[in-house]
Amino acid sequence: MSAITYKPGCEPHPRETRRIFRNIDRKGYNPSIACFIKDGGYETLKKAMEMEPSAVIDEVKKSGLRGRGGAGFPTGVKWTFIPKGNTKPVYLVCNCDESEPGTFKDRFVVHQDPHQLIEGMIIACYAVQAHYAVIYMREEFPEAAKIMQKALDEAEEKGFLGKDILGKGFDLKIVLHRGAGAYICGEETGLINSIEGVRPYPRIKPPYFPAAIGLWGCPTIVNNVESLCQVRQVLMRGAEAFAAEGAQRSPGTRIIGVSGDVKRPGYYEIISGSLTYGELLYDICGGPKRGRKFKAIIPGGASAKVMRCDEVLKGRNPDGSVREMSIFDVPLDLDSIAQHGSMSGSGGVIVMDDSRSMPKVLNNLNRFFAWESCGQCSPCREGNPWMLKLSTRICEGKGSPEDVDLLKSVADNICGRTVCAFGEACSWPTQAFTTKFRDEFLALTKPINALKPHSDETKEARKFLTRED
Amino acid sequence: MSTKPSILPKDAAAAEGKVNVQINGTWYRFPKGTRIADACNSVGAHVPCFCYHPKLSVVGSCRMCLVEQGMPPRLAPGATPTYGEDGYQPISWMPRAIIACANTVAENMGIRTTGKLTEEARRGVLEFLLTNHPLDCPICDQAGECKLQEYTTDYGRGTHRFTENKTKKGKNLSIGPRVNLDQERCVLCRRCVRFMKEVVGEDVLGVVGRGTHNAIACYPGTRLDSNYSMNVVDLCPVGAMTSKDFRFKMRVWFLKSTPTIDVNCGTGTNINIWTREQQVYRITPRQNDEVNSCWMPDDHRLNYKFINAPERLTTPLIKTDAGAEQRPTTWDAALNVVVEQLHRMAPAETAIVASARMTNEELYMVRALARQLGITKIDVVPRKGVNDGMLVSEDRNPNTNGAKLVLGKTGNGLATIRRGVRNGSIRFVISLGEDLTSEEAGFTPEDLAGLDYLLAVHHTENATTKAADVVLPSVTFAEKYGTMINVTGRIQRLNKAIEPIGDSRSDWAIFRELSERLGCDCVRVIACPSPMMVLEEMAQEFAPMKGLTWGNIGNAGKVIIETGVTIPLIERSKAKN
Repeated sequence: MSAITYKPGCEPHPRETRRIFRNIDRKGYNPSIACFIKDGGYETLKKAMEMEPSAVIDEVKKSGLRGRGGAGFPTGVKWTFIPKGNTKPVYLVCNCDESEPGTFKDRFVVHQDPHQLIEGMIIACYAVQAHYAVIYMREEFPEAAKIMQKALDEAEEKGFLGKDILGKGFDLKIVLHRGAGAYICGEETGLINSIEGVRPYPRIKPPYFPAAIGLWGCPTIVNNVESLCQVRQVLMRGAEAFAAEGAQRSPGTRIIGVSGDVKRPGYYEIISGSLTYGELLYDICGGPKRGRKFKAIIPGGASAKVMRCDEVLKGRNPDGSVREMSIFDVPLDLDSIAQHGSMSGSGGVIVMDDSRSMPKVLNNLNRFFAWESCGQCSPCREGNPWMLKLSTRICEGKGSPEDVDLLKSVADNICGRTVCAFGEACSWPTQAFTTKFRDEFLALTKPINALKPHSDETKEARKFLTRED
Repeated sequence: MSTKPSILPKDAAAAEGKVNVQINGTWYRFPKGTRIADACNSVGAHVPCFCYHPKLSVVGSCRMCLVEQGMPPRLAPGATPTYGEDGYQPISWMPRAIIACANTVAENMGIRTTGKLTEEARRGVLEFLLTNHPLDCPICDQAGECKLQEYTTDYGRGTHRFTENKTKKGKNLSIGPRVNLDQERCVLCRRCVRFMKEVVGEDVLGVVGRGTHNAIACYPGTRLDSNYSMNVVDLCPVGAMTSKDFRFKMRVWFLKSTPTIDVNCGTGTNINIWTREQQVYRITPRQNDEVNSCWMPDDHRLNYKFINAPERLTTPLIKTDAGAEQRPTTWDAALNVVVEQLHRMAPAETAIVASARMTNEELYMVRALARQLGITKIDVVPRKGVNDGMLVSEDRNPNTNGAKLVLGKTGNGLATIRRGVRNGSIRFVISLGEDLTSEEAGFTPEDLAGLDYLLAVHHTENATTKAADVVLPSVTFAEKYGTMINVTGRIQRLNKAIEPIGDSRSDWAIFRELSERLGCDCVRVIACPSPMMVLEEMAQEFAPMKGLTWGNIGNAGKVIIETGVTIPLIERSKAKN
């Protein structure tokens, strides 16, 4: 294979390891099946279909691959949750409803390299013996839908989909299903309801665990786009080789999407745990903008708890002793950041420098969550607009110090009491922002700041509200 | 001194197909698969619920029923469980509350319905439900029987923390001919949506909007016009769905509810009649899983207006001369006139048209009267309709089975009586609780005009009473005690909700009085002080009623006859379980 060259201006950083994103921005590469096959595509499928389905599952289990949708659940283990002795059809659903603010990884796969997803899906379907699979694509990807549909047609034409794939007697149909623009459809049971054509209200668990009672009441495996592409990598490179790379508990590569106040925002595929947040933000992304300092990082999509850059974290050395560190010393794997109270989630890193007003950032997030709450269960339906109204009022200088505590208390009342994980997703930002940046919220509640806009104290407070550049 | 039980509780319970569950510190045994909410409620540990209803699917969306739950600690591989002195494993409590409606009990599970975790969770959920609620209790029909009010007294903060603007939604929306919707009062439990979809099978209600703008609505082009639509009013835990009929009529706490049965068809739907003083305000279904589950049809529910109608007969009426107007009189005078006239009748020329809307006790007294007079031509008016596949039965008489049991074979005697009236062989007719000119009875006004004598006993003025020589005012189903046997052969009780209107009297008492004045000397008839005693007399005579007393029929009734008839809705819900 000739050396891969990328489009000018889109070259990967030397510290990146491009596997899933191997063909993203690649010079001369297009989403056609010819291009994919020329590059060695569908060879892994042939290899996988030589194996028993259960052997494929074992391989994925052995690799230690963990889901890339945000929760980080081991993919192979998820596949074994289909009830023993199941006689119903099994379905596989690819969750391509990438709508977590700050996350942008799957969109490049479905726009530029759709066949690697299709190949990963066929392997996964073969492993769980699903003969019908759905790609649930968000409404906001109209171009990708066209590209993906073309890719599915091409794959069927070439005999990778349809009846008797590769002469192994395995049938598979993959359909593309478009969402209608709702964040909640990224929740797997909401997504299943959406495919069924009803309101995408998430289902209660128990009893509706998708692997047992999913799409149309049948066992259903829901995997993220990147996870399914990683399945292909596992089979391509072998479980041992996959497991050997990167962090021990979350091996393989990870795609990190950096957005916000850095010199070079963008997507970077790195070996899990091979870098720290500091190396990512300073070395790869070029550090803060001119004259600015990093203030806060949201490490894993909008719902992850915000981290202060000047926060002192307690880390544990290999010998068990405790050392002090900052967010910049935390490795970029799935678990390290979780020890410090946040989560690595879907890999969307949102960076804010000292020009940002934290109450305004939170208000923006609250607006998103209040709009996207599906409204099924009481705490989330009523709590989100309340949080939005409170944070709006505080930002307008019309709040009192008690409102800051109330805001936190409302978030506490949502968390852990809802049908789905949206309850956590919407309350964590408020809990973290009001705790970690309490001074900024309180500064906006002083009546003097509203009454005397030109006083020194007010100017000091206003810096939390406006960008000066 | 405590000793270790020789057999572990878990094995003892498993032998019965049950599991041991600790609720608020006490151990109980429940069948496997029991919902936590049902288990707790059954032992008096109340769990507040909005969305959960035992007859509907579980959605678990209101989050009000959160309880603290614990299980034995997960064992390390190879470890054996440890049991305490009482034979149970220790419980390790979960840090998060779980919903009691969707989860089922398990062996050695612990539940706490009180305590900090649960109470804080419920307090939080309730506060959220109140944030966008209009709090218009003073003008809300549901006030007094509202779950939101009830739980606010249990879990409310007492003060407002929400000082923002509330979400505006639709108010006073007419979503059907009999139901109004207030979207702001709604807690979005979706009981109404599930009822229409799962029980009625008409998917007309749904949720529209997103987040806080979620609202119940009818699908475009549809209306909530099913004959079962008013059940959503009962189901609604708050004042979102209100009955157009009952709106603003009466505060519910002034109403007295009387358990009785519906008399509009042979199903004998169990109901409560809600009254204040002498006025009936509404009827609601009463749960009976063998008869009507928790539901009732709208047309039956609304058929109560005749009870307090101005057309009610309140005094006896007599006609003293042919062609004269009827004039009111006293009971004593009227009965004397009737007795005198009945003595003059030839039994062979007399017929009794009774009603299968009468109770067993009344029919028994009718039979006594017929025997006293020597009348053999006696029948009831049959009433047939279409079975709606739900609760309304083909037989629109509530007590056809009772009439068959007491009067013998019924149905074909009526044609004979009609023929007799027309060919002049029957000249005297006693009409009991029926309008003879109705379509089902089949007499014409000319038939009645041609009679020598017509005695009518009825509660409401109609063509028959107008043509009658004597009218004795009787009572409606709401004003009397008695029993009826429904289409499935179940005997059920009617209870008196209000006293007889005006001077009207219970039918059974009228017939007993007449029999006595006609010279009946049968102690078992004339000495009966109440319908309950009539029932006991009947229990001695009729084999299916053997051993029955007013008390042992109970509020749910008792099957005493095998009829082979079933109620479609009940069969469906049984098949589902």
